[in-house]
Amino acid sequence: MEMYILLGFVLLLSIFLGLELISKVPSTLHTPLMSGANAISGIALVGALMLSSAGQMQDILAFGAILFASINVFGGYLVTNRMLSMFKKK
Amino acid sequence: MENLANIQVIQNIVYIISSVMFILGIKMLGKEATAVKGNYLSALAMFSAVAVTCLSLEIDIKIILAGVLLGGLIGSLIAIKVKMTAIPEMVALFNGFGGLATFLIAWSQFNEPGNSMFQHVLIMLTIYIGGITFSGSLIAYGKLSEKLKLGKGSIITNIFISFFYLSMPALIYVIAEPSISDFIPQVPSYFSAFLVLTLVAGIGFVMPIGGGDMPVVISLLNSLSGIAAAFAGLLLLNNVLIVAGSLVGASGLILTIIMAKAMNRTITNILFVGYASSSQTTSSEEQGEVKPITSDDAYLILENASSVLVVPGYGMAVAQAQHVVREMGELLEENGTEVKYGIHPVAGRMPGHMNVLLAEANVSYDLLAEPDDVNPSMDTIDVAIVIGANDVVNPSATEEEGSPIYGMPIIEVHNAKTVFVLKRSMSSGFAGVQNPLFFRENTRMLFGDAKESIGQIVAEFKD
Repeated sequence: MEMYILLGFVLLLSIFLGLELISKVPSTLHTPLMSGANAISGIALVGALMLSSAGQMQDILAFGAILFASINVFGGYLVTNRMLSMFKKK
Repeated sequence: MENLANIQVIQNIVYIISSVMFILGIKMLGKEATAVKGNYLSALAMFSAVAVTCLSLEIDIKIILAGVLLGGLIGSLIAIKVKMTAIPEMVALFNGFGGLATFLIAWSQFNEPGNSMFQHVLIMLTIYIGGITFSGSLIAYGKLSEKLKLGKGSIITNIFISFFYLSMPALIYVIAEPSISDFIPQVPSYFSAFLVLTLVAGIGFVMPIGGGDMPVVISLLNSLSGIAAAFAGLLLLNNVLIVAGSLVGASGLILTIIMAKAMNRTITNILFVGYASSSQTTSSEEQGEVKPITSDDAYLILENASSVLVVPGYGMAVAQAQHVVREMGELLEENGTEVKYGIHPVAGRMPGHMNVLLAEANVSYDLLAEPDDVNPSMDTIDVAIVIGANDVVNPSATEEEGSPIYGMPIIEVHNAKTVFVLKRSMSSGFAGVQNPLFFRENTRMLFGDAKESIGQIVAEFKD
């Protein structure tokens, strides 16, 4: 239980940190920011890699989680990068 | 055994370093000068966290390789092939896949024996949020790509909405199930039913929300996928998942609030009420006559204008007119006219949609101005050109108290000397509100496809 309280602490601090970091972003960057944040939510890939393997069902679930998280990670970062490369000042 | 403990220490140290890189990365993403580097840093953080997790694996390496390679290939192909105008639906789709991954992770954890009560609660919450994010994002994808036309009011939509409301007591039931199963008759397949119900509920959550409110929905779904990842992190006792997930959750929440503010509405109003029920109060008085104009006449006026403000909306995205708009802007500048672009935060289908389109067409971003920058000096603008925007330039928002959009900050083009409105027809915007701007003394309507109309003006300039 102590572990959970500690991690809950990490959770709350991260949320506050996130709110502070993003509150003043110019609207030009709203889309890349959202897309970049979307790529970060692919961190679920780390969670998928931690799953245990016991039987066929678990293997299928793990494969699905890894597959979809990978699409999220690769697609998210590449789209964000493509978008940002278009923003330039003349 | 000692070896395993060492690996865990290394993993945790790398997780902390990745968390710091994620935090710095997202901070850098929020500034124009450092955004590209921020994205690289965040990708590096992701790579390190994934790589170090691979030091201790229980799953067969073949499954992992197959999943990562196939997923990476699909994701990369979509990201490289997609047209820039289709970005909103792509972001929705990727986001949905992230949600699905957490849904599957929690499902897998449920199948493990010996979950504590606290873990059981986390599993159910993660499944619920992940599932709603997945199916909700798919519906958002369908709506944005205009493959799905069902909206508020149809019977099918109402059935899905009922399931959404049903899903909330169901969530409470599955959370409480282990502790109350001694007192009430057990439902053997309650878990499978819950899995299906969350997916159906996500459909009911997004389906009734209109196209104009999509920027809010996309930001909110983005936030939810982060929160689901953070819950999965609590479940797996993994700190990098918690930190990265919370950052995404918080940033999505901020964008959601910014978008809702730009519409002068609360988030609950957007999600659960919509415009339809509030629009009965609209006054339906006779609005007068519209004054159409041809491209030739528009060109003559533009040629003599000393300042022009372009106000794009979703119609510009549909007509793919951003490139001709940029060309017209350049020709006007060569002609000695001062050109600016007035961008409303909720113009288009996602936060910053217009900025991305104009950036794609190579419009320098220092020409893009927000409503607060252009409104005070609007009366010095000779011509304001509204391209496929409607609600964001509707003067009812400032003048007509009974209007459903009253109070929404707009770009006040009606104060400019002349207003050109490029539009296909006289239909109203998503809000379903008639726009008195079209009937103003200083407004000229240029009917037709925006790309063609502007193309003609460009051709005249070149002659």
